[in-house]
Amino acid sequence: MPRRSDIESICIVGSGPIVIGQAAEFDYAGCQALKVLREDGFRTIVVNSNPATIMTDPGFADRTYLEPLDAESVADVLRIERPDALLPTMGGQTALNLARELATAGVLDELGIELIGARLEAIERAEDRLKFKEAVETCGLKVPESAIVTSLDQLAGLTVPAVVRPAFTLGGHGGGFAMTEEELYRQVERGISESPIGQVLVEESVRGWDEFELEVVRDRIDNVVIVCSIENLDPMGVHTGDSVTVAPQMTLPDEAYQELRDAAAAVIRAVGVDTGGSNIQFARSRETGEVRVIEMNPRVSRSSALASKATGYPIAKVAARLAVGYTLDEIPNDLTGTTPASFEPTLDYVVVKFPRFAFEKFPGADRTLGTQMKSVGETMGIGRTFAEAFLKAYRSRELDAGAATPWQLLADVPEDVHPFFRREVEGIREALGGVGDVESLAAGDWLRLKRAGLSDADIAAAAGTTETTVRRRRRECGVRPAYRRVDSCAGEVEAASNYYYSTWGEVDEAAPTGDRPRVVILGSGPNRIGQGIEFDYCCVHAVTTYRELGYEAVMVNCNPETVSTDYDTSDRLYFEPLDAESVLAICERERPDGVVIQFGGQTPLKLARAIEDAGYRILGTPFDAVDLAEDRERFAGLLRAHGLRSPEWGIAASPDEAVEIAERIGYPVLVRPSYVLGGRAMRVCYTPDEVREMPPFERILVDRFVEHAVEVDVDALCDGVDTYVAAVMQHVEEAGVHSGDSACVLPAPSLSFAQTQEIARVVRILGRALGAVGLLNVQLAVTGDGEVYVIEANPRASRTVPFVSKATGVELVKAACRLALGAKVPELGLPPERPPRQWSVKAAVLPFARFPGSDPVLGPEMRSTGEVMASAADLSTALDKAERAAGRRLPRSGSVFISIREPDHQQAVPIAATLVGLGFELYATEGTAATLAAAGIEVEPVRKLSEATDGEPTVVDLIRRGRCDLVINTPEGRNARSDGYAIREAALARRVPCITTLSGAAAAVHAIATARAEQAMSLQERIDAELGVTQSA
Amino acid sequence: MSYLALADGTVWHGESVGAEGHALGEAVFTTGMSGYQEAVTDPSFEDQLICFTAPMVGNYGVDEERNESARTHARAVLMREARGPEWTDWLRERGIVALTGIDTRSLVLHLRDEGAAPGIAVASELAVEDAVELAAGQPSMLGRALVEDVSTAEPYVFAEEGRVRIGVVDYGVKNSVLRRLAKAGATVTVHPHDTDADELAGYDGVLLSPGPGDPEPLEAQADTVRDLLGRTHVLGICLGHQLIARATGHETYKLPFGHRGANHPVHERLTGRVLVTSQNHGFAVRPKSGAGEAAEVSHVSLYDGTVEGLDLPELRARSLQFHPEAGPGPHDAWPLLEAWVNEVAEAVGA
Ligand SMILES: Nc1ncnc2c1ncn2[C@@H]1O[C@H](COP(=O)(O)OP(=O)(O)O)[C@@H](O)[C@H]1O
Ligand SMILES: Nc1ncnc2c1ncn2[C@@H]1O[C@H](COP(=O)(O)OP(=O)(O)O)[C@@H](O)[C@H]1O
Ligand SMILES: [Mg+2]
Ligand SMILES: [Mg+2]
Repeated sequence: MPRRSDIESICIVGSGPIVIGQAAEFDYAGCQALKVLREDGFRTIVVNSNPATIMTDPGFADRTYLEPLDAESVADVLRIERPDALLPTMGGQTALNLARELATAGVLDELGIELIGARLEAIERAEDRLKFKEAVETCGLKVPESAIVTSLDQLAGLTVPAVVRPAFTLGGHGGGFAMTEEELYRQVERGISESPIGQVLVEESVRGWDEFELEVVRDRIDNVVIVCSIENLDPMGVHTGDSVTVAPQMTLPDEAYQELRDAAAAVIRAVGVDTGGSNIQFARSRETGEVRVIEMNPRVSRSSALASKATGYPIAKVAARLAVGYTLDEIPNDLTGTTPASFEPTLDYVVVKFPRFAFEKFPGADRTLGTQMKSVGETMGIGRTFAEAFLKAYRSRELDAGAATPWQLLADVPEDVHPFFRREVEGIREALGGVGDVESLAAGDWLRLKRAGLSDADIAAAAGTTETTVRRRRRECGVRPAYRRVDSCAGEVEAASNYYYSTWGEVDEAAPTGDRPRVVILGSGPNRIGQGIEFDYCCVHAVTTYRELGYEAVMVNCNPETVSTDYDTSDRLYFEPLDAESVLAICERERPDGVVIQFGGQTPLKLARAIEDAGYRILGTPFDAVDLAEDRERFAGLLRAHGLRSPEWGIAASPDEAVEIAERIGYPVLVRPSYVLGGRAMRVCYTPDEVREMPPFERILVDRFVEHAVEVDVDALCDGVDTYVAAVMQHVEEAGVHSGDSACVLPAPSLSFAQTQEIARVVRILGRALGAVGLLNVQLAVTGDGEVYVIEANPRASRTVPFVSKATGVELVKAACRLALGAKVPELGLPPERPPRQWSVKAAVLPFARFPGSDPVLGPEMRSTGEVMASAADLSTALDKAERAAGRRLPRSGSVFISIREPDHQQAVPIAATLVGLGFELYATEGTAATLAAAGIEVEPVRKLSEATDGEPTVVDLIRRGRCDLVINTPEGRNARSDGYAIREAALARRVPCITTLSGAAAAVHAIATARAEQAMSLQERIDAELGVTQSA
Repeated sequence: MSYLALADGTVWHGESVGAEGHALGEAVFTTGMSGYQEAVTDPSFEDQLICFTAPMVGNYGVDEERNESARTHARAVLMREARGPEWTDWLRERGIVALTGIDTRSLVLHLRDEGAAPGIAVASELAVEDAVELAAGQPSMLGRALVEDVSTAEPYVFAEEGRVRIGVVDYGVKNSVLRRLAKAGATVTVHPHDTDADELAGYDGVLLSPGPGDPEPLEAQADTVRDLLGRTHVLGICLGHQLIARATGHETYKLPFGHRGANHPVHERLTGRVLVTSQNHGFAVRPKSGAGEAAEVSHVSLYDGTVEGLDLPELRARSLQFHPEAGPGPHDAWPLLEAWVNEVAEAVGA
């Protein structure tokens, strides 16, 4: 039976900002669902607060709402749009929880909206621990035994080993594994005291068992297929999101694998997910073969995205079709075209996923891996053997030099890894050890090394020579990669798939043909802090644009979460590492008319020189302009030559020299190692001692820190001569808070017309001087007396491109692609440069709660994982909504705790006065309280933790007991264990919004005072209004 | 030198990890991702050179429990990446030529496009031209009767206890079939392929087993089946299914490269359901009319529309082209075997 005809419109809820555990995979899922639902003629409505997603592009759904993902806002949208159905399985846990909330509250019934994809009962059976246990037991299977414990005398009868998980602590803090009864006692005692509600979950531990995941799809007539099996290298005890995983499973004999397959089918039936996909996780004892069902996600998931990329079976697409009535035998397999979706994928290659961590950004945080996920992104490698796939994923992580991370070296094999994998990794290391002198290697030797998965760079490092030498020698011996198709059927069915990976010593398959001009677009690799999904957004737009312009668009990327690695997106997809070797080999095969490097963040820029050296043309800004902007000396020379100001700076080779420079240019200074990106390890120093505290890097960059300056971000389009200033954005926080972490407002509220003109002038000069062709992003600082300093220029797409495109309605990437092909700015038909009429705010989402031990303050080093956007007719309303969307709802009443560092005390007075005027009660630490009281503001002083006396509550107690609704706390200095730190951590644990800058506090308090309730408005309407206004202006 | 040569002269180089010498047979591929040992010991792979599409083979070693019959049947295995030593030692000890490092995907695409082909796996000094000549000199699988070589010589009892008495005709039966029958509550007695119909008719039900080769030359066996049908309950699996088909006036034909794998969806016409099945056959049954229409066709392949099962109620017979016993492969169709045993039990009032 085909599609249901009784529903016409469907609302899809996204997963919101990128956070640890919920990343771009849900944009991929949402996009797939939208594509097929629209193809089938449904009217689609999207709600998602994340502007960096493709699914929130105005062209992707009939109506798009960039609204906070809370019940209130989503209900609002549902009331306006009145869809027939809500599909909650594409937006991760966020969407599922919202659907549950709206259903339970009766909103869906009231509006006559049907939940499709997963019914409420099924969601509850999967999510509720007890109901899930019951369902699993009806299948004759087991879950780990568990009990909720609130006091130590409840421990009787509980067995060890056990895992103790305290309720509501940061990142699962205070939990852990207990091997003996005594350990259990101590662990529970600690867990109870750390849990704000004095509760822990004690669960039978199966740490060290092997962990497997199965991706299951079921249709309404009870057909079940298993799309993929995934095996974790890190055994139970390390979250699957943090594990290295491999597909298909490698170590189970058929009978054991079929047992899991049967269990997965039984569980999806018992839970009752009847139209869609689910992920089911199993623990299995290597010794006894016993199995435990760990959990089931009744929705698409991170693992289902991985499984889709691993197999070429588009789970989200199929799930969306199943949700509207199709059955598995009716849905065709895209890759083969002839087989149905009930043909289970079979793989003739191996896929490995590696997590990407960012521990270096959270000093003090615990780096051990456990049951809470900590990684911020992932890479995937495809190869014909485990070794090939493993090393591709391993090197695709693009680790910063020296970054402390699991698997920093090949020798870092985790404990308890299955001997099979241990041997495989040893095999790789043996191959590395046997490299020898590259001049004497013959073709057969080269082939053996390459088949062991080694990259040219690995071989070069082992042989003590350069990568280019290795490449030259290898090619002279005639050893080149072959490309293979991912076809979901191991070659059994002829497939016209356009999805490739490389291997060695085989026949090359389906070389590109056709006479359309061709571009190769380089993606941004794994998500990481500083380089996230925004760049995937840009890449996907670039693909679409080049295809529209008559080009064949070839995509290269290695991030399985993304839309760009959907085989549906480009003309050809190479799932390969973004390194010189892979990219040049792809270029050699594709012979592109141009290579596009400006949309994938820093990753492709690093390859610019190698690409040009190999004789390929870079479309848009050439390598030299990139170098001009990135090389400090050259850039400073350029600024000087054009009379533009930048903060004074110098490069030091030793701490002493750094102090000398600092003395010369004046404190405070901003100090960082000179090679890093993303504000890594950056520090503001006020004294020579602080400068000396810097770890000894080879070259230290010292900048004059521009104090109390407004930071401005500009996105512009250049054709080498003319520049179009698309947006001048102002940061809410002052310069010194990384542009990626501070809230960003468009248009800039506090810049005068003259200042905006001056900024535009600076950007135009830079565009021409750099010779940028395409996108240009400039960051500037504007001081109180109106001086404009250039902080940096990035001749590439920036993090703010999707935000600006959505706020202004100008499709920046499309314009940049045309410029790169030679169009001139005036030919693009862009609306006149003018500030938008509506106010849009982008707010960052920070992962501090996952990293207890690391101080949750904002600074020059970026630490946010994602962002939200909100727009409104006035700034306060937009800001208020953005904060709400970011999960930091600003209170309207209650009490506020204020603790401000000494030099800023006076500036806190007007903020405090406004709060009191709004009826808030104020608490403050002694010094701050004294200043406020002196200004006639009613405030109650409270003790700091370090001033604690018996009996009297400290500020930390106050926060813990939920007596504060907002915390304003500016940090004192670099002492991580300070009182400020205790305050901020308590706020974080209690989920109380905590503002760490005065400028942020002022904006928030203004928003509290003046924000209005405004009805949701779709992006399509907003853009029409924006462009309508600008065109008639 | 180690390589595979096909009769058409194409050669695929690899490294030997099994027995020395050379092995002649029909080169076929199977797409199952696990169950290598089961495949090699499955009599249906008699005289074949198995190319595994699975990227790595041998990962989890061997276990005698996994054997599907008393000996190996495949002549050689062709792998992209073999993992030993357990698996490769096991192959060597059993005299099986095993090649690793083969560009299996290219080989699969070749076999898919050109059809399963006579070939020779070489792990010796045999020259390529000679090898190709030997490969080309073999008889085609078309027209080959292999049942005699794999069937038991004497009847034997596999399971003594049970509610119904099932006789199994061994054309190359797999242990999984016998185990599933016993598990479903049947006594199981295995008979040689040439057991006559009168003897078989004495059972509550007879299962005609899977087996290797072309069903067409098995005229004597088909005659026995014709004689048997209608006298007791009969279930045919794979070759058994093809023999029932031939006994009831259907033709069989050679598929270009067969169905071998563990992921083939089959449409069950009665329930509308899809079964993910384990398959291993090089021949198929031609329906009397289109597979989708012919009334007796109970199961249809969703992969290429071929006949996957027959239902002949007036003869108390049914048959399945795929392997409900799995071993290796998914268990989706296990219930079909159980249901048949139950049906027989009900009919005989057990
Ligand atoms: N009983 C247990 N014993 C040991 N490790 C466990 C146990 N339960 C879960 N884990 C580990 O914790 C991880 C996360 O648990 P899970 O229930 O899957 O939560 P999430 O919803 O975060 O995925 C698992 O991937 C597994 O490695
Ligand atoms: N000289 C400076 N004075 C004040 N703040 C600065 C200065 N240089 C950088 N910053 C702050 O540090 C942040 C990161 O610096 P930036 O040079 O832009 O590095 P990245 O390459 O990580 O974007 C900026 O967003 C800004 O807030
Ligand atoms: Mg999990
Ligand atoms: Mg910056």
